[in-house]
Amino acid sequence: MYSKVVMDHFKSPRNVGEMKEADGIGEVGNPVCGDMMNIYIKVEDDRIKEINFQTFGCGAAIAVSSMLTEMAKGKTLEEAKKITNKSVAEALEGLPKNKLHCSNLGADALQLAIKDYEDRKAGKVRAPSKEEDKHEHIDGEHCKCPYCEGDVDADLEFCSHCGREIENSH
Amino acid sequence: MKTTNLDYISANPMLSEVQEAMIGAIRKNYGNPSSSHQLGDEAAESLQHARESVANLINSKSPEEVVFTSSGTESINHAIKGVALAGAKTGKHIVTSNIEHNAVLKTLRRLMKMGCRVTSISVDEYGQVNPADVAKAITDKTILVTIMHGNNEVGTIQPIKEIAQICRDKGILFHCDAVASVGVVPIDVQDLGVDLLSFSANQFNGPSGIGGLYIRRGVSLWPLLDGGAQENGRRAGTENLIGIIGTGVAADLALREMGSRVIHVKKLKDRLISGLEDTIEDIIINGHPERSLPNLVSVSVKYIEGESIVLMLDEENITVSTRSACASGALRASHVLLSVGRDYSDAQGTLVITFGKETTETDIDLFLNVLKGVVETLRNISPLYKKG
Repeated sequence: MYSKVVMDHFKSPRNVGEMKEADGIGEVGNPVCGDMMNIYIKVEDDRIKEINFQTFGCGAAIAVSSMLTEMAKGKTLEEAKKITNKSVAEALEGLPKNKLHCSNLGADALQLAIKDYEDRKAGKVRAPSKEEDKHEHIDGEHCKCPYCEGDVDADLEFCSHCGREIENSH
Repeated sequence: MKTTNLDYISANPMLSEVQEAMIGAIRKNYGNPSSSHQLGDEAAESLQHARESVANLINSKSPEEVVFTSSGTESINHAIKGVALAGAKTGKHIVTSNIEHNAVLKTLRRLMKMGCRVTSISVDEYGQVNPADVAKAITDKTILVTIMHGNNEVGTIQPIKEIAQICRDKGILFHCDAVASVGVVPIDVQDLGVDLLSFSANQFNGPSGIGGLYIRRGVSLWPLLDGGAQENGRRAGTENLIGIIGTGVAADLALREMGSRVIHVKKLKDRLISGLEDTIEDIIINGHPERSLPNLVSVSVKYIEGESIVLMLDEENITVSTRSACASGALRASHVLLSVGRDYSDAQGTLVITFGKETTETDIDLFLNVLKGVVETLRNISPLYKKG
């Protein structure tokens, strides 16, 4: 099911753990969807000097977090802003389609961490808590049908491609 | 390296006696049981012999009350849709519970789209249905009550005899999904008083692809498959004789060894539960502490997710099952675990460990030892886990 690279990052995840006194923190996901991801960064001279993650989730979610930290480490903030969920999935040599949307949250968490750092630097008061994740679909993303992997419409109880019934959590 | 199989509920290993019988049946090149020549007669005899074995296992009055199907799922579909179609003129209301298998839930959902009404009964924290709630849910339009025997996710066994009695008193048909129970614990259809009961051969070390439906004599329901007169007109289509022969042997063995098998798996279950409680903090053992399947342990491991536990155990050649949304492909946490009061994250971290005749204490100890390390590793990654 998973590529060798995914299994390697899952079995030996890099840069794990909470970071005390992080310069920026990004949190995404919730247990209803099945995955939660926290990204912690330390920044020096506009460069990500240290980056750690904590993840509650499936094998894909853990591998995504680990790969993301490897990709972001040492990059300038401007470079790191260019990392997308898609580029993380590509570096992992692909993810099963039905994991692409639900488990591939690493870059989102990183962007939030960078924003958090920039807000703090600008003296903005931090938001009291992260916004509750509503399982939103952005940029034309869709959940995938577990049977045929076609895009699933948010309000349907069956897949419009293969006709099979699906549990819909929207 | 040897695989430690603790996922019997997904696929029971076939016992060697079953394998031999099936290989023998393949080599014999049986004819079609419906043919009137000698080759056909031989096949019909073998079919009847297997039917008798299965009838004995569930203590049905006559072998003709047993219909062979392709799976537990088909049996369940046959029972529910068959009654709904046959009873459509008298009523369209069906009573069920919140913790049924998807084969029941999705069949009912399909019927709802065709105008059936369904009442689903809540369970208590142990996953048990209160028979009084069933009595309350029944109306003059009710045509069927369908409640499972042993639950496949938390193991809880329902008070089927009481529920069947209520249905009988009110003159309503009762179907019991006993897929996780038949061959695992003693099931006596006459003593339980059920009208319909579904089961699967693989749950008692028979082959996959064979199910059975007990239809008490006199119960009228439509077939799912129309065609020839096979299975006493209950299910058309040439029988999977090789699988059915294997099922007969598995049923004989299950009946003969029932007592010792229950004692064996119960001992393993006790060892596993006390081992889990001793070695891993912050876990919840799901299901009823006494009235539950002896071959199944359901445990919610807090702060971590099931698919990642299963993957890590698999790396150590240990197979278990999880009820996490990710692994199930359903995109949603298990309705059973939510029904017994687990929250979303605990439901995501739930393992179902099932075992059988060939499982040893060494297997259980190995699993406990490896699981301890896996849980520690994953909790160290988890944002939900706070040390100390």
